[in-house]
Amino acid sequence: MSKNRELLSKIGLRLDGRRADELRRIRCKLGVFTEPDGSAYLEQGLTKILAAVYGPHQVRGNRSKAQHDAAVVNCQFSMAVFSTGERKRRPRGDRKSTEISIHLRQALTAAIKTELYPWSQIDVYVEVLHADGGIYPACVNAATLALIDAGIPLKEYVCACTASLANNDVPMLDISHQEEIIGGPTLTVAALPMSGKIVLMEMSQRFHVDHLQKVLEKALQGCRDIKHILDEAVKSHIQDVGSSTGWANTT
Amino acid sequence: MFTTKSFIKKNKVGNYLKHVREHYIRDDIACGLQECESCFPVESFLSPDHENKCALFEFNHYIILDTNVILDQMDILEESILGNVIILHTVLKEVKHRSLPMYKRLYNIIDNPSRHFYVFINDHHKGTYLQQKEAELVNDYNDRCIRAACSWYINHAPKCRFIFLTDDSANRAKALQENIQSLSVSDYITNLNNNSSLTDKLSRKDYHAKDAAKDVFPNHLTNVELLTGIREGRLLQGTFRASRDNFLEGFVSVDSYEDQIIVQGRAGLNRAVDGDTVALELFREDDWVCPSDIVLEDEGVEDENVDDVISKENELKRETKKKRGAKPTGRVVGIIRRKWRQYCGILQGGIDGVYQLFVPADKSIPKIRVETRQAEFLRTQKLIVTIDSWPKHSRYPHGHFVRALGKIGDQSTENEVILLEHDVPHSQFSEEVLACLPKMPWIITDDDVTKRVDLRHLDICSVDPPGCTDIDDALHCRPIDPEKLEVGVHIADVSHFIRPGTPLDREAASRATTVYLVNNRIDMVPELLSSNLCSLRGGEERFAFSCIWEMDHNANILNVRFHKSIIKSRKAMTYEEAQLIIDDKTKQDSVAESLRNLNKLAKIMKQRRLANGALVLASPEVKIQMDSETMEPLDVEVKKLFETNSMIEEFMLQANISVAEKILEVFPDCAMLRRHPVPPSLNFDPLVKAGRHLGFEIKVDSGKNLAKSLDEAIKKDNPYLNTMFRILATRCMLQAVYFASGAFQKEDYYHYGLAVPLYTHFTSPIRRYADIIVHRLLAVICGSDATYPDLLDKKKTTDLCQNLNYRNRMAQYAGRASIAFNTHLFFKGKLQDEEGYVLYVRKNALQILIPRYGLECTLFLARKGETSNIFEYNEEDQTQKAGDVVLHAFDPVVVRLTLDSNNIQHEKFVLQLVKPVVDNFSVPGIDQTDDNDKKRKSPEPDKKKRKKKKH
Repeated sequence: MSKNRELLSKIGLRLDGRRADELRRIRCKLGVFTEPDGSAYLEQGLTKILAAVYGPHQVRGNRSKAQHDAAVVNCQFSMAVFSTGERKRRPRGDRKSTEISIHLRQALTAAIKTELYPWSQIDVYVEVLHADGGIYPACVNAATLALIDAGIPLKEYVCACTASLANNDVPMLDISHQEEIIGGPTLTVAALPMSGKIVLMEMSQRFHVDHLQKVLEKALQGCRDIKHILDEAVKSHIQDVGSSTGWANTT
Repeated sequence: MFTTKSFIKKNKVGNYLKHVREHYIRDDIACGLQECESCFPVESFLSPDHENKCALFEFNHYIILDTNVILDQMDILEESILGNVIILHTVLKEVKHRSLPMYKRLYNIIDNPSRHFYVFINDHHKGTYLQQKEAELVNDYNDRCIRAACSWYINHAPKCRFIFLTDDSANRAKALQENIQSLSVSDYITNLNNNSSLTDKLSRKDYHAKDAAKDVFPNHLTNVELLTGIREGRLLQGTFRASRDNFLEGFVSVDSYEDQIIVQGRAGLNRAVDGDTVALELFREDDWVCPSDIVLEDEGVEDENVDDVISKENELKRETKKKRGAKPTGRVVGIIRRKWRQYCGILQGGIDGVYQLFVPADKSIPKIRVETRQAEFLRTQKLIVTIDSWPKHSRYPHGHFVRALGKIGDQSTENEVILLEHDVPHSQFSEEVLACLPKMPWIITDDDVTKRVDLRHLDICSVDPPGCTDIDDALHCRPIDPEKLEVGVHIADVSHFIRPGTPLDREAASRATTVYLVNNRIDMVPELLSSNLCSLRGGEERFAFSCIWEMDHNANILNVRFHKSIIKSRKAMTYEEAQLIIDDKTKQDSVAESLRNLNKLAKIMKQRRLANGALVLASPEVKIQMDSETMEPLDVEVKKLFETNSMIEEFMLQANISVAEKILEVFPDCAMLRRHPVPPSLNFDPLVKAGRHLGFEIKVDSGKNLAKSLDEAIKKDNPYLNTMFRILATRCMLQAVYFASGAFQKEDYYHYGLAVPLYTHFTSPIRRYADIIVHRLLAVICGSDATYPDLLDKKKTTDLCQNLNYRNRMAQYAGRASIAFNTHLFFKGKLQDEEGYVLYVRKNALQILIPRYGLECTLFLARKGETSNIFEYNEEDQTQKAGDVVLHAFDPVVVRLTLDSNNIQHEKFVLQLVKPVVDNFSVPGIDQTDDNDKKRKSPEPDKKKRKKKKH
């Protein structure tokens, strides 16, 4: 099936009707739970993520992990049994989720001002409700929102996005599950879009050097676009919260 | 806007999975009409200036097509009369899903600006997207989408008029209800002004004979029945191959069976056409038959009468009702997928009226009934016809005329037919491609000199067949110290001129090889490159890719290096010239010296290679001498071989092997190599059997043993016997193929024929695309070029290999077909006695090989369908016996050769036995006094026989 399927039709539309440089629809909500210190729900296309942040609080469990000059960021990634087409029990701590957890911590540590909270710990829990490609980037984006909701000081937003090559020529953004299966290599980038720093980059297969630059460029553009969307969401959330306290009316 | 589609699909393991996909609905999709002001302007070929003139409408209009129109009436669409056609995306997707070739043809039309086609993406458009209803069939849903899009267009552009063409009457009725003007294609086309040429091309799917017509064929099962039958194992699925000699017999290759399954008779074949994927029902073992040895031809009658077929069927039944040697037999119960394509052929003469019978050139395809009003004219032409349908009440499939190629018997027409039948791309190079060529005059710049090794001082020369203009290899050899020789093979640096990704590169990749016909050459690259800039002509400075060995005098390679270079060939020689120079001891110049050294080394190398088990195979190759003015064949002769032929071959082999080792070392994943698979032992059966009858044991367990036993199969009284064995052995072989190294296990890289573990093609980049790829890989290794993505992509390379293999095979067949045609031309009106050898013994015929012309023909021992009362067939020993004359396989015979031109399309040689003499059967030689000394070598029993007769 994959052979005679082209990712980008000659008319310039992808299989789901997007153009090459378009993100999937992103919808998000902050403060979805009351129990955690911060929480967020994010939909990127059909990929749906819940993120919850606890802390900063005292280091629990193994005290020796505590650092004298920075907070410990602890990430835990899990997928719901019903998140994919096939119902499957996914024990915590399997290879894939451990890997994603570590990558999440790497991306988030780069954005959080950890030096403000020595001897303490920040927990980030991420749960995938529906997986449809681009799980890791969606997790990063959701976690960013949850951190903002928790009021933890960040250097800037950390956003992530995937990009790939269509027909071995045109770079395309935000790869869905279907495209992941059919297509070639996928590049995942997590970046600090305002300063343009890349905090994590991963390739599913080898890219040829000639292609890498333009795909990376495209992925970074995606991160910047996502940042705008998240920014809007945060602003409107603040406005909602503010107006319910009567703060918005003071101006 | 955003919506989701969800559907349930079965995965490979057999679980049913629910898939949910996003489906975006957009507001930025344009209608493509130039007149429209509300839509976002977009590139569109639709033009208000183009006029569709149909007598039914007095206004100009746009046409919207239904899927069935595109699938069935592509030949009409390809005519440039229809324009301003809107193709809906729903339709496009359906076409792609149903038939990829049709999709490609459709896209060719869409891409052509002068045709004014436009693709409207209705399924992502805000105004035309419809949600599929629950339990709605996909077809109904698509029809609904198409009608919705039509209505949208009508409302969107009230000033324009739209006509919806569909052959589905239900859809048409619904469209009319929704106020969409719609018509069937045949109504539209017949009312089109200036339609003369189009009506012939209408697909005749809706053709119905008188209802009273008797069914000629049994019904096909429905799709559902077929699928359940296959799943439950009651039916088998396989590819149908029609027999070339017997129109009532075919074979189905099924994966799960080792043997091909026989299908016989009208009901057994049940309208399957060569290449179709069919469903098959296997008979009980009692009803199995054995393959027939007889030849049956369909004479082709005007009406639907099938009496003659029935009589032939009975004859066939008699023939094959034997208990012994019965093979699995079955009957076709349904067609899973048709593999119909376009067929070349001619009209059968002697039929009046609009219905004509078309006789395809390919004998495995049945005759086709076509409707035409220009039969008189078409009878003189070669034409292309395609099949539309094959209803059960019709003896022949129904088709329609596509186009005429030219007069029958013209050489240009025949060449065209050969090229078309073998799918050889042979159009002129496009402007785009020619633009990639270097500007003339071409000069070597200083920059080039610094990047290459200057070898202009070396005495390099090339040796090629006479008349060769695309010289891609040259050699040199010089002593560097008393113990060592330096040998260089210099190959034209084509990859310097053909850069990856350019239109020129894409064109060359698609052509894959240069095709040699007898009087024509279809170049892979434009002539400027093939015959000039890349051709290593004598006395001119050229770029080359050099492979240079240091060898000792025993031809052991001490080391090897590769680099790009500049060379100046001293002389371009033919094999004959080179041979003369080597033999002429008075010549002592450096070129002569180096040729002698090369020759000496080559002999050692060949010896060593043969000792390793390389096979020496033979196939009768002939060359046709053409009259340069009339382009008529003057003579047919077997190619002469000189020692220098094998000298060049030896060094080319060595270069290829060295390069293969190098590129595999650096690119273990994506090196383009060539492998020759070991043939399955079953393939050797005819060879082993033939050997056994003659008292030789041919060992086939390994290449080495095969080579050895072939060498030993010599009979004093029949010097040609050994060659016959080698010819038979050649036919047992599989084709050598290109592959990407990552796609196979290391042990499968083996080249059986050459007996080397690694092989590739490096030495003919002018005429083979594989060599260009290998050059590029090697250039990367030498550091003189950079990689590019596709070069390192294993999958891309594999895909490329597939195309190369296909084209190579086709080019080979085309070349043979061309030679066969010209041989026929040469023999026209001639009557000749020739020496030949029996290749196979069949039940009613002998297969005779005539080495002088490389011909293989059938000598019928009995009339078609009759068993001979003169000859007695012994199946066990594979002999035919008449009186005391016994004919074995490989026996020499003398036959009279004439060309039977009754059937213009299949001119065939008619053989008559001259020697050995058989009463009431053989004919006397034309020229008994002919003192051709070859003829005296006729075998012993023959002489005896003749003496007897004289007494």
